[in-house]
Amino acid sequence: MAISAEYKDADGVLEGKDLEGVRRRLLEKYPPKVARKRDKQIVVNRVGEDGSVPVVMSNVRTVPGLISQRGCCYAGCKGVVLGPTRDIVNITHGPVGCGFYSWLTRRNQTDPDSSPDGHNFMTYCFTTDMQDEEIIFGGEKKLRLAIQEAYDNFKPKAIAVFSTCPVGLIGDDVHAVCREMKEKLGINVFGFSCEGYKGVSQSAGHHIANNGIFTHVVGTDDAVPEGDFKINLLGEYNIGGDAFEIERIFEACGLTLVATYSGNSSIEHFARSHTADLNLIMCHRSINYVAEMMETKFGLPWIKVNFIGAAATAKSLRKIAAYFDDPALSERVEAVIAAELPAVEAEAAAVRPRTEGKRAMLFVGGSRAHHYQELFAELGMKTLSAGYEFAHRDDYEGRRVLPDIKVDADSRNIQELEVHPDPERYRPRVDAQRAETLAAKGVDFADYAGMMPEMPAGALVIDDISHHETEKMIALFKPDIFCAGIKEKYVIQKHGIPLKQLHSYDYGGPYAGFKGAINFYQEIDRMVNSRVWGYLKAPWQKNPELAAKYAFE
Amino acid sequence: MLLRHTTADIKERKALTVNPAKTCQPIGAMYAALGIHGCLPHSHGSQGCYAYHRSTLTRHYKEPVMAATSAFTEGASVFGGQANLLQAIDNIFTVYEPEVIAVHTTCLSETIGDDIPQIVNKAKADGRIPEGKYVFHANTPSYVGSHVTGFASMTKAMVDYFAESGPRSRTINLIPGFVEPADMTEIRRLATEMGISAILFPDTARVLNGPLTGKYRMFPEGGVTIDQLRQSGASVGSIALGALASAPAGLAMDAKCKVPCAVLNLPIGLHDTDLFVDTLRRMAGVNVPETIDLERGQLVDAISDWHPYLYGKRVGLVGDPDQLLALSRFLTALDMRPVYLVTGSPAGKKFEEQLRETLADAGDDLRIAVPGDMFLFHQWIKERSVDLLMGNTYLKYIARDEDIPFVRCGFPILDRMGHSYFPTVGYRGALRLLEKMLDAVLDRKERDSSDIEFELVL
Repeated sequence: MAISAEYKDADGVLEGKDLEGVRRRLLEKYPPKVARKRDKQIVVNRVGEDGSVPVVMSNVRTVPGLISQRGCCYAGCKGVVLGPTRDIVNITHGPVGCGFYSWLTRRNQTDPDSSPDGHNFMTYCFTTDMQDEEIIFGGEKKLRLAIQEAYDNFKPKAIAVFSTCPVGLIGDDVHAVCREMKEKLGINVFGFSCEGYKGVSQSAGHHIANNGIFTHVVGTDDAVPEGDFKINLLGEYNIGGDAFEIERIFEACGLTLVATYSGNSSIEHFARSHTADLNLIMCHRSINYVAEMMETKFGLPWIKVNFIGAAATAKSLRKIAAYFDDPALSERVEAVIAAELPAVEAEAAAVRPRTEGKRAMLFVGGSRAHHYQELFAELGMKTLSAGYEFAHRDDYEGRRVLPDIKVDADSRNIQELEVHPDPERYRPRVDAQRAETLAAKGVDFADYAGMMPEMPAGALVIDDISHHETEKMIALFKPDIFCAGIKEKYVIQKHGIPLKQLHSYDYGGPYAGFKGAINFYQEIDRMVNSRVWGYLKAPWQKNPELAAKYAFE
Repeated sequence: MLLRHTTADIKERKALTVNPAKTCQPIGAMYAALGIHGCLPHSHGSQGCYAYHRSTLTRHYKEPVMAATSAFTEGASVFGGQANLLQAIDNIFTVYEPEVIAVHTTCLSETIGDDIPQIVNKAKADGRIPEGKYVFHANTPSYVGSHVTGFASMTKAMVDYFAESGPRSRTINLIPGFVEPADMTEIRRLATEMGISAILFPDTARVLNGPLTGKYRMFPEGGVTIDQLRQSGASVGSIALGALASAPAGLAMDAKCKVPCAVLNLPIGLHDTDLFVDTLRRMAGVNVPETIDLERGQLVDAISDWHPYLYGKRVGLVGDPDQLLALSRFLTALDMRPVYLVTGSPAGKKFEEQLRETLADAGDDLRIAVPGDMFLFHQWIKERSVDLLMGNTYLKYIARDEDIPFVRCGFPILDRMGHSYFPTVGYRGALRLLEKMLDAVLDRKERDSSDIEFELVL
């Protein structure tokens, strides 16, 4: 494991601060009921001999008024999972805001010229712009017409419809409208009931998106793409070109990428993704549902990979090679690693004297708070604290706790699809014996260890961190860098501490793969060593007594 | 091509909006509420809205944007959000200690029909609102109007809740409209130059363009105080700048406290600044100082100096109605020709008539859509291009595809600096607009000129 335990502090102490005391400081201002709840979402990490970690309450409702980082179900469905697919016309059914705010604000890059028809609708925002008459009389008629107009103007091969808050309340049957228009237009039209109030965060939207794409698209094209070693990359959204860098590496290794869910993707890729032989999961939270359903229905196994960090990238590539067990492939993978690593290591060595020993905090979405710890470790930096906005216990503690997770009342209405092996197309790629052999080589099927087992003891894990807790953590620890999103960025920077956006990458990137690691090292060096943090006090503020004397005289 | 599916072939659309030239009400209400000192905006809906609104305002200002949310779950969406709002009020006052919470609604709470005054009264009765602190609200259904409507409603709510009649003071109320913090500062400065004491609300200066000092303040220095809002009911008069954004508050002030209100265009450009200064002068009974005459004269001087490069230029504008109207008046004053105009806000027939009147001489290919979207606007350009584009950041996709000089103005600007610090209102703001337009037009002229035609002096 790349993350060393070098700063494993004595029990219950982090940087000389008693951790129970720190937890108390985070909670002391809260009303008792809030404190009791937040108490279960703030945990001091311990890693048992068997890799077990403490329980983190997560995926529970947001406390009203506490100022959370979270967004909604619509954002998780339309914004995150379906947004990056270039050739589907995504219509937001609702008032104008939801469509407007999710218009080009996530940096999912795409290359339309790699599709034969060159379709790219990602630069457009399509909305039914609901008015009060639709709230009163229903919006189905307008939606039906909007789908027709989208077809007339753009002639796409697929149209998807995304429901927003009022749609569920007024009872528009989005799915019936989609079925009807699919019949009429002869193209794939499908809907998502991803009203913002569903579940407790973006996470519900991921699940709904997974269900929809699996039901309406996956397996609709049985044509097997050409090429050896066919894989899908799941939960990689090509922020700042991450997927392009990973595609470059795959190509160099001789792997055939059938589909990426959903960075730089086309609906046609999803349609035939069941023909691949291995699913690779980057973001476990957002896409594990599709992976599980594909395994059940088509026999396609999945493994967790991580292309954030050079060591992690090399390790993931070796896992893939081990799975296919082909000497030529293994040789190519080793050759790629050997060719790429020296430049990365040279850059890390150059930067490390300026980053060594610096301390980071990461509070990001549902996967990056884990992945980026690896990159910081490569820079000799420590992670003092980390947490997710909307991850579940399995992302924190590992999938081993899945049987213990109880779905609470707020998430119970998120549909679980019943999936069965496809009578014709189910084809198990590995038998039990081979799975065992592979497990011995470190290829763990259908497993994700979670963030905490890979974090040192003593680090503080905070789920759905509030603004108040953020402020306290800054005051108590004064980290050298804080990783979160746009809403937090300028709050933290007003304190004179740089904030690295790990959603948008602050408009840089890629950070994945080998080239991405180099970009990240340089960016973190720039941020933690920027001269600007030394400008906060004016000269006269540094020596006020002199001025006072002069004024007095 | 970025917008590769846009063609000149215009098909009538009744149901589908493509690339909207507006967004929804609550973000305007949030922005207005940030213009109150010690105020925490609160979004009564599911949390996605507040996350989006905070993010968009943050991207526009590169500043912290604070707000809270009721964080509706499915249960609350069915049974009502009273418990959520009560709990939020408790938590906000206990943990964050604002002076005032400004509640706005979303399409969710509006559709289910939550009664905010009733909930706030209950909070008061339960003792959840500490002594000397306030909770007030505006209804901001996202399926009516646009972000400007939300701004107008929250600004009006400031009057409805706080303005008190009293013995006439010498103060004048200035309602600046949905403009930048820098514009608010400039509007106040003009009044101050004239020796007029003004209550400006909302006022986001020093809230959304604050300093970096190493100390974060959740409630920054700026913003109108509740005391000032209270006193606004005793002012000599109100000037509401921008009919859509400010008139409802100005007229409410008149109705509630008998403070007469003049509704003017936003003071963008020469004539509308003239009108603002002249109205201020008459209302306060003061003379316009020479310093302001100087500013005006400098603007007129610059217009005469640079007129050749702007004369007759065809301009496409996308933006909010108040800005569109004032900008059009400025551009025609420069002998430029605004020919394509789109706003997403349903600003009404009267607005459209005013716009058409202003642009009566703009040319025979004048096209106006109220409301319209940027897809339609782009289609017009595909049919016949323009010399200059003005509008928010989303226009840069059209500017790049069609290779048209582009000046960023309006909301949101997500990719450049300047708007937080430098005004576009007043004579000084007009000079800045002039500079920006000339930079865009002249940069293009020089880029396109041959080596032989390339000139040192312009």
